[in-house]
Amino acid sequence: MNHKEPLVRMKKRSTVSLKQAVLVRLVAVLLSLVVCAVFIVIVTQQNPLQVYAGIVDGAVGTGRRAWVTVRETVVLLLIAVGLAPAFKMRFWNIGAEGQVLMGGLASAALMIYLGDLLPNVVLLVIIFVASMLAGLIWGYIPAFFKARYNTNETLFTLMMNYVAMQIVTFCIVFWENPAGSNTVGIINSASQKGWFPSIAGNSYILNVIIVLIFTVLMYFYMTYSKQGYEIAVVGESQNTARYAGINVKRVIKRTMMISGAICGLAGMVTVCGAGHTISTSTANGRGFTAIIVAWMAKFNPFFMVLISALLVFMQQGAIQIATQFGLNKNASDIITGIILFFLIGCEFFINYELEFRKKQKEA
Amino acid sequence: MKKKLLAVLLCAAMTASLAACGSSSSSSSDSSSDTATEETSEDTEEAEAAEETEDTAEASAASDITIGVIYVGDENEGYSASHINGVAAAAEALGISSDQIIEKTNIPEDETCYDAAVDLAEQGCDIIFATSFGHEDYLFQAASEYPEIEFCHATGYQAASYGLDNVHNYFDYIFEARYVSGVVAGMKIQEMIDNGEITEDEAKIGYVGAYPYAEVISGFTAFYLGAKSIVDSVTMEVKYTNSWADISLENETAQALIADGCIMIGQHADTTGAPSACEDAGVYCVGYNIDMTSVAPSVALTSSTNNWEVYYEYAISCVLNGESIATDWAAGYAEGAVLITDLNEDIVAEGTQEAVDAAEAALKDGSLHVFDTSTFTVDGEELVDETYVYDGYYHESELASAPSFAYIIDGITEK
Repeated sequence: MNHKEPLVRMKKRSTVSLKQAVLVRLVAVLLSLVVCAVFIVIVTQQNPLQVYAGIVDGAVGTGRRAWVTVRETVVLLLIAVGLAPAFKMRFWNIGAEGQVLMGGLASAALMIYLGDLLPNVVLLVIIFVASMLAGLIWGYIPAFFKARYNTNETLFTLMMNYVAMQIVTFCIVFWENPAGSNTVGIINSASQKGWFPSIAGNSYILNVIIVLIFTVLMYFYMTYSKQGYEIAVVGESQNTARYAGINVKRVIKRTMMISGAICGLAGMVTVCGAGHTISTSTANGRGFTAIIVAWMAKFNPFFMVLISALLVFMQQGAIQIATQFGLNKNASDIITGIILFFLIGCEFFINYELEFRKKQKEA
Repeated sequence: MKKKLLAVLLCAAMTASLAACGSSSSSSSDSSSDTATEETSEDTEEAEAAEETEDTAEASAASDITIGVIYVGDENEGYSASHINGVAAAAEALGISSDQIIEKTNIPEDETCYDAAVDLAEQGCDIIFATSFGHEDYLFQAASEYPEIEFCHATGYQAASYGLDNVHNYFDYIFEARYVSGVVAGMKIQEMIDNGEITEDEAKIGYVGAYPYAEVISGFTAFYLGAKSIVDSVTMEVKYTNSWADISLENETAQALIADGCIMIGQHADTTGAPSACEDAGVYCVGYNIDMTSVAPSVALTSSTNNWEVYYEYAISCVLNGESIATDWAAGYAEGAVLITDLNEDIVAEGTQEAVDAAEAALKDGSLHVFDTSTFTVDGEELVDETYVYDGYYHESELASAPSFAYIIDGITEK
């Protein structure tokens, strides 16, 4: 025996059948649920099946809860849809949080200052444009500096979040009610100006429609348009893109304008379609969570629907298990973390197969 | 396509576990607490439905009532913990089992609060409380959709003007407890002056405030007046953190105040940040909500705190007896709704207990008013306010439960 063959060897899979891929992921989910169950039993001495049932109940147990889950899902989805082109271009847009906030701030400002002057439809159209413009500007600034001076976009976009937060804090000083309390409260609660109108008795239908339209548009933009192809090429290799005659700087700026604008629109959906207020926590970390969504879905807008639904499902379920079992939000974060760990980890088994040392060689 | 299938399978797995759970809990005799809660709420819904059909708005029994509570934090955060304890104590006093209380913790001050309130309403709660200032708009928004359910909001100010019968505000005369804790601080400062540790001019209190509005201003003014009733030369410097609970910021703010020459620190912020800074610097302090001696054993004198049980017992028994709940409710020492925590006997000045007892007794019998206009001036003149000032004192929290005193009186500087 010259050299000992290792017990396990990784081997890149050349092709993966749909059946295999689904099987691997299914096993991953089942394993993660088993690990979560072990965790629940050890830490809380609760019946894990009941805890899972509590999560399901909290997320979709009643019509109202299901709609809240949908509402939260579509906002997260919209931000992820906005982030997808930027990340596909390998532009690390960590600034969705700030872009959402600026869009939300523009929406709140227009609701406050124009609420009494315009009919609701006109106001909403203006807010629609303004929120996208606000996000666009917030996305364009780091892109401009990246294209012109090759600044580090990760740091730049991250810093822009804090600037956005400070601007919101500053504006709250003028809008807070009562003075000094640091809360704006519900804007136009009597007139409901700037609120998304109920469609068929449901307040959140318009949120869903807007987000689905943009999700579909983004799919076609990324998959079939010339610009979408340019994004893909720039993301793979900027030198190749240049060689092919693509104006890389222009693509970076254009893509970040689109990315920022959609994130800004998510700010409008949050403010006009759900919260009807503005605070520094309006974006509530969704700008960061959406990065996970975009990456896990490999930038495919339709897979993003599933990922964002899963994350929001767990988050909404958390409120219920906190009530039922006294497990606070951290417990649900741990469960979500375990599931994500397995889902991301299983990608390895989709791309590689393990080859065990053959028996006869050992003999 | 793959992931869609995955999601379907995932859903199937979840549903399967749900079904498995349902069957296991229905077959097992020792059903756990959660199923009990669910059953209770269903029962209540049925009971309510029956009540509606018979059209009898009679008083309901303690075993039928369901109570919903929305907290901004959880048991790890002092302010929410004091409410959680208050609800639990009230329920015990009224013979209501813990299964009848549905509590939602860590609910932020945005549409999540509306979702939580509506969800509690749909679970059949008869009365719903929310405890944080920013919850008010969202709670009352839900209240407009459920006129048969009572909605009560702590620290808010809109109930009287909101135009609904089922919304209520509540607060305590926490300024009374702050005044008494100010007396404790004053006694200590007097002792330091008598011992020659500081001069009368150096008697400066530092105050870590949350936000510059009435609730906080009223609180530190009361604290200051308590100290001033013992040491007339005392002054106070206030710094704001612009946050209700930020442990590191409160710590830094207290350090800045100490660097500015403050020899006593008070606070209206929810964490132990300031007392920790005081312990490190060896500066005496007075806390809020909880006993601070666990983090500052050698410097924490006492804390002012609320006993929320008084209100919860009142409001819940109103529902039980079919009586209407006061639109604005506030109470103080006389009802036992506010108090200070046990004095730190090792360090408080001699005679403090007697001074505290005297102040408390005077507050209870009404001979002492915290905002007695003869004891302070604003811009060098006695305070005049057509709405609130009469009979020689500012009538804090009487017209509406939320504090309204927003004057910066002489001797206090804001920074």
